[in-house]
Amino acid sequence: MPTRIDELLHEPIVVINLGLEKFAESLEEQQVEVVQVDWVPPAGGDKAMVELLDHLL
Amino acid sequence: MASGFVIRENQYYDSLFLMGINKRLSEVKGVQQTAVLMGSDNNKRLLFDIGVQDAQINAAQPDDLIVAVIAESPRIVDQVLGRLDEWLQSGLESASISSLHTLEDGLAHKPKANLVVISVPGEYAAREARRALAAGLNVFLFSDHVPVEEELELKQLAIQQKLLVMGPDCGTSLINGVGLGFANVVRTGPIGAIGAAGTGLQEFTSQVHNAGAGISHAIGTGSHDLSDTIGGTTTFTALEALEADPQTKVIAVISKPPGARTLARLIERLKICKKPAIGCFLGTRVELDGASTIFQCARTIDEAVYLAIERAGGKPTSLPNLLTPEELAWVSREKAAWSPNQQYLRGLFAGGTFCYQSQQILQDANIAVYSNAPLDQKTRLANPDRSLEHTVVDMGADTYTVGKPHPMIDGTSRKQRILVESRDPQVAVLLLDFILGYNASMDPVGELLDAILEARQVARQRRGSLTVVASICGTEDDPQDLSKQAKMLEEAGVVVFRTNARAAYFCCELLKHR
Repeated sequence: MPTRIDELLHEPIVVINLGLEKFAESLEEQQVEVVQVDWVPPAGGDKAMVELLDHLL
Repeated sequence: MASGFVIRENQYYDSLFLMGINKRLSEVKGVQQTAVLMGSDNNKRLLFDIGVQDAQINAAQPDDLIVAVIAESPRIVDQVLGRLDEWLQSGLESASISSLHTLEDGLAHKPKANLVVISVPGEYAAREARRALAAGLNVFLFSDHVPVEEELELKQLAIQQKLLVMGPDCGTSLINGVGLGFANVVRTGPIGAIGAAGTGLQEFTSQVHNAGAGISHAIGTGSHDLSDTIGGTTTFTALEALEADPQTKVIAVISKPPGARTLARLIERLKICKKPAIGCFLGTRVELDGASTIFQCARTIDEAVYLAIERAGGKPTSLPNLLTPEELAWVSREKAAWSPNQQYLRGLFAGGTFCYQSQQILQDANIAVYSNAPLDQKTRLANPDRSLEHTVVDMGADTYTVGKPHPMIDGTSRKQRILVESRDPQVAVLLLDFILGYNASMDPVGELLDAILEARQVARQRRGSLTVVASICGTEDDPQDLSKQAKMLEEAGVVVFRTNARAAYFCCELLKHR
């Protein structure tokens, strides 16, 4: 049974781009299906809150 | 001297956007230093180091924007900070706005995604990568400064989930012809590559393309993967994947100096590879006992390309370490124009791999070289900003890139250093690299051209001559127009090579018998 790595190497790449928009633009230039996520620090950057949320969810 | 700062609460921008704003601020006349940063703990420490401190800065959060300016007068500080909103606005106008802000938003939008590209600040990168792996997605992790324990944990998780995690600090991959991060436009073909060195992978894949062959996949592993702490987890996974990939006929592994224990394990694994394998471990001399016909070692990237094409059944170009009669004649002409006290080389690199490879080639020719990224700790520069005798500098090292753009996307730091080196009357040779491809500067030569011309003029005024040697990493299909970039250099009197190794061999000839 093919793994997700095999799928990555043999099927069309579909990308979620988290961060620098330039990377999504260069993928679009290559006709790759990509969605840009304008990432922001979770919980406003409050790390204790992030840990708590990650633990709860 | 005057300084000032402003804080914009809840305004998060990515690092490239901030660097763009920083550049505009720093170009205002009378400005000495600027910092445009998000309020993370690391960034607050950077501000403290340049003498900008305040209780408001201490209280800033990671999603607050901080802009600090040090200038000749309070008037200039006020003038710059007063125009900040205008500059932020004009930067935002050219950016598209996404309504998606989390990985989960992205997944809801693209449920068929099979890869997540992550370039968020290092302190958050492992969390996002963990969530991506948990959702069954492969990861290309460009972010650096991920704690080593978290890197280990991510790689273990990837093994359990049978997923690929390329990185952290992974600059380049090519998956089935698609370039991720800093990658060149390269045709597909039978040669697979694995690289713990971003520019090393770019150089290898570009050369394979330029020699008429092609790449099945080039899998970046991140710069720490072959350290003994990480143990090559991604490299071994990638090797297994390429062994199973029907399109791949030959596998090459390219890396900067690996950890000794990991290298030994990797060599044993490569000796029993199911396909012909080539290893190029820069800065490390590997002696094979001759028992393996499957695995061969290359000393340089050019040699690895030669062997890979040969093993794939193609026709390699001539071996790279031999200079042509024309090139040797050029060596004589250049040396004849030097003044008697000109004798040293200064190499200023955007690509870390090129800094390592150049050192190796020079050292093999018995030319001792100092560096901020030395192959031998005895030749480490005490101060990376002060060159000594023969020196090569990795201008992409943290010293030069924290809060500033990498030299692959902006030539400012190299331009300044070229001018500094040109003031040393003992300098005879300047060695440079220019890297093309997706996400790199659109005009890397143009950015440095004025500085190169000025440096050559300075040498002429001293009745000498500065020999400038350059290599271009890229292909004719890259967005930058390789021929045009090469022509600009040639017209400026620069000796141009298509590979870094050849440029370094040329420098060896220049420096012989001095």
